[in-house]
Amino acid sequence: MGTPRWATLLALVAMLFAACGTAAPPSATPTTSEAPATPTAEPIDYKVCMVSDTGGIDDHAFNENAWKGMTDAQAAFGVQIKFLESTTEADYEKNLNQFLSEGCDMIVTVGYLLGDATKAAAEKNPDTRFAIVDFVYDPAIPNVEGLVYTTAEGAMLAGYASAAWSKTHVMGTFGGINIGAPVTDFMDGLAAGAHYFDKQKGTTTTILGWNAVTKEGSFTGNFSSIEDGKTISLGFLDENADVCMGVGGPIGQGCFAAIEERSATAVGLGVDVDWYFSVPQYKSLILTSVLKKIDVSVTAAIGRAVKGEPPEAVFVSTLANGGVGYAPFHDFDSQISAETKTELAALEAALLDGSVKVADYLAAP
Amino acid sequence: MAEQRPADERPTGEDVPRPSVRVRLAGIARGLAVPVLAIFSALVIGAFVIVLSDVTFFERLSADPGGALGTAIGGVLEAYGALFRGALGSPTGYAEAFASGDPAQITKAFVPISETLLAATPLIFTGLAVALGFQCGLFNIGAEGQLYVGAMFGTFAGFAFAGLPWFIHLPLAIGAGFLGGALWGFVPGLLKARTGAHEVIVTIMLNYTAYRLIEYILKVPGYQREGRNDPISKVALESSWFPPLIEGLRANWGFVLGLVAALAVSWLLFRSTRGFEFRAVGFNPSGARAAGMSIAVSTILAMTISGGLAGLAGTSIVLGVTHSLTSGISAGFGFDGIAIALMAGSRPRGIVLASLLFGALRAGATPMQSITGVPIDLVVVIQALVIMFVAAPALVRELYRIRVPETTGLETFAKGWRV
Repeated sequence: MGTPRWATLLALVAMLFAACGTAAPPSATPTTSEAPATPTAEPIDYKVCMVSDTGGIDDHAFNENAWKGMTDAQAAFGVQIKFLESTTEADYEKNLNQFLSEGCDMIVTVGYLLGDATKAAAEKNPDTRFAIVDFVYDPAIPNVEGLVYTTAEGAMLAGYASAAWSKTHVMGTFGGINIGAPVTDFMDGLAAGAHYFDKQKGTTTTILGWNAVTKEGSFTGNFSSIEDGKTISLGFLDENADVCMGVGGPIGQGCFAAIEERSATAVGLGVDVDWYFSVPQYKSLILTSVLKKIDVSVTAAIGRAVKGEPPEAVFVSTLANGGVGYAPFHDFDSQISAETKTELAALEAALLDGSVKVADYLAAP
Repeated sequence: MAEQRPADERPTGEDVPRPSVRVRLAGIARGLAVPVLAIFSALVIGAFVIVLSDVTFFERLSADPGGALGTAIGGVLEAYGALFRGALGSPTGYAEAFASGDPAQITKAFVPISETLLAATPLIFTGLAVALGFQCGLFNIGAEGQLYVGAMFGTFAGFAFAGLPWFIHLPLAIGAGFLGGALWGFVPGLLKARTGAHEVIVTIMLNYTAYRLIEYILKVPGYQREGRNDPISKVALESSWFPPLIEGLRANWGFVLGLVAALAVSWLLFRSTRGFEFRAVGFNPSGARAAGMSIAVSTILAMTISGGLAGLAGTSIVLGVTHSLTSGISAGFGFDGIAIALMAGSRPRGIVLASLLFGALRAGATPMQSITGVPIDLVVVIQALVIMFVAAPALVRELYRIRVPETTGLETFAKGWRV
């Protein structure tokens, strides 16, 4: 009598772990995620706490990159770090309250979605320091740093390189949800880079999925479904596109899934981080990635806090300070001519000294 | 009792003659046995998950078995301790707060309970919505979409009517939220009654329609907040907000509205003629038709009220917590409602209790993750296990050798929906 009952229970536990094994990727908890790169700094009594948005901390993109900034800060300055994930918008305030009650010295909130909650918490707790990714307050709140990124500059360089590589002169791009600049800056930059290339070379590159002037285009409606990204990407390939960029973590991988399915001679671009390393299964299809170094800016913001510097109302990560850019071509290095590389360096210099602006190349020449 | 029960209907509790106290107590104990044991079993398996999800456990187990097991048990107790304190508060916290006599301290001690009530609020509404459908033989999978449309209407009423006193504005916004959800429930009800289109398919599809509608409306000038490019609505005026139950806590009168809704649904289902017809149609449509009841009217009305209740869930979030609408206000509360209705055997009282349980798990998960580093997802595992055990009462009875009672309320679900 006893044996079958225990057998049932064991079977249940086994089932559960079988389910966990396939469904849930190992979540990046502080204890199990990438070990902090050799802690060099002595631990100090300064607690930095991070609230993720509803994407979760193991999204292989946005939140995870911010968390990397936290672990880097732990290694560099010896601060104590912890995080809370949000499952709904109603959690933001709860999570912030939890951290405030634990006496966090600094709270990092990830994403414009936390804009309202961060503002309310910061105004009620003027002695706690805050930093928020992708959001700027106008007027500024004295104890909050807004971390923003001129992503379009990096994307313009990647767009130029893509246009130079493209044989069909058709490129496709799509986003997750049209939330404005945090997503569309990537797409604007890609279009601007292609248009700049056209102006230099007299070619005509068609951009599918995004009109940088009317700000309308293709969106999957979520940031999580590779399948949705693949559907849109297949459409691009059918229209002869040979460069594809999906702005969002998993949805962007839809490009590569589509290219594999069609065995197309086409490439995709990564976003946020260098996908050659974060999505290695597709590295043979990754021309380059548009870099938005959230981790660097988060580490820098924590560094300013630890050193006791006053918060900057807006901290803009730019080409100039290395906060945005494009990743190396890796396996495609040989397919990008020396001439193109020289032109890319020239375009980068022009973007830096302001003689070329992304906004001037949103429309086709 | 005004109405007559059809001969083939089983007794369902509220409308049977009151038995003796001893029999009733035994009945309550038997009714609670399965849910309580289900929760216990879920926590036990959850403990295994906590231990085994620590990647260093097996390493340490081979090196120092005793120490590793001790740490593992300590870790589980620590995590569950944080979970319970985060859901209900800590005894020492209450004692210290009351000893200090500082009102701010006392309020702070009640934060965990406040968070539990807050998390339970939308679940009560969606649970009631799904349960009402079950009772009428309808499977409303569309509570999530109805929730969003209700939130959309409620938010609009919240920011569009300036200058109203709260006692007019708040009821108006609540009514608008109910109306929005009701509209999203009316459509599948009408389609089912008129054309026989199955409500499961129609409500699933209307969920997607609702998501896209929200994405669209949040970009419409006049609904979108000025000066923002991202999809976020204007802020509802303060006169339309649910006031907090106690100043300084997040729990608000939305929870009380949930209790009122539970009472109202209970009355509707078990004390009114209309509710009797709902249940008769759900139990045996041909019998109900033969008795002269209109299946079409019951179907449309039940789906409409069900949608309205789900709409109130969305309204309780936007007017009680976020005060503006975004596309991320719900974490699948509409789908949790199905689980809760199932767990409660579609009884309003059970729905309130099940919602409080889920609310407590959600509220306690935050400090648990923050203090002990156990991922928040653990409570999802525990919730799923509770539901699984409750849905399979035979399994629990087998595990704990409980004798099979003659009837339980759970058959309502099994009979509740049919194609």
